[in-house]
Amino acid sequence: MAPQVPDSPPAPIASAVSSHAVEADALTRAQAGDHQAFAQLYSLHKRRIYSLCLRMVGNIAAAEDLTQEAFLQLHRKIATFRGDSAFSTWLHRLAVNVVLMHLRRKGLQVISLDEAMEPAAEERPGRNFGAPDLTLAGTIDRLALQRAIDNLPAGYRIIFVLHDIEGYEHNEIASMLDCSIGNSKSQLHKARLKLRDALRGFPRKEERR
Amino acid sequence: MTDDRKNLSCAAFQAQLPELIGSGENVAAHPHFQSCELCRALLADLETIAEAARQLFPIVEPPDELWEQIESAIKNEDGRTDSGPTGQD
Repeated sequence: MAPQVPDSPPAPIASAVSSHAVEADALTRAQAGDHQAFAQLYSLHKRRIYSLCLRMVGNIAAAEDLTQEAFLQLHRKIATFRGDSAFSTWLHRLAVNVVLMHLRRKGLQVISLDEAMEPAAEERPGRNFGAPDLTLAGTIDRLALQRAIDNLPAGYRIIFVLHDIEGYEHNEIASMLDCSIGNSKSQLHKARLKLRDALRGFPRKEERR
Repeated sequence: MTDDRKNLSCAAFQAQLPELIGSGENVAAHPHFQSCELCRALLADLETIAEAARQLFPIVEPPDELWEQIESAIKNEDGRTDSGPTGQD
């Protein structure tokens, strides 16, 4: 006799529905001041928020501090969440803002308007920036790329992480960083160029001397 | 009618790249791109880097002690005394 097949959705779908229901329930209770429910939200989102912080600052100790600050802010503000976006989206944005505030306090100049408006001065004509025998040819060493991203200047890294890894659009980044959309595009492009140079062992000269 | 965009220098084309890429235009259709091997190689590399980066970062578990620190800070803020995470993971 064939085994009984339970009449239920495939496991991943069932799991997603269940996870969503758990979060919705925990959120409602946490908004009403239930500390246990807040702990539940932490457990549900801690990995994503910690990983985000780690990517943005590239430093474990700082990522831990910022994750703590993000959840403290969440605790303070959770009652103000109205469901205009998904909770995870709202929390993610809150954490990004915490990291950006931290970097600003440290004096990070995320954006230099002068630099961004300079028409790619670093791309001097005649430079051998793309000879076919030197291209990355679709193969990138993961450790080398990780190291190259970690070594990006903070301003470049932030925009690269927000756009290429976290999936934010330029208009969202411009809003978060209080810069123009063109500026965001320009900085992202420069970040990618710096990564390319790093991966090819070719340090890019400073833009303007 | 000639397309002046084909006669762009590499530097001039690359100066336009952030806007072309960022606005989602079809860069491959640009006359300079179609006629310049160097700029095609550059674009290919940038796309490879972006794609590799998207797959690079794993989701990482924070240390267990972090919750204790957060909980302690919350208690300091509002005087609450309650239990820890419930293992919803």
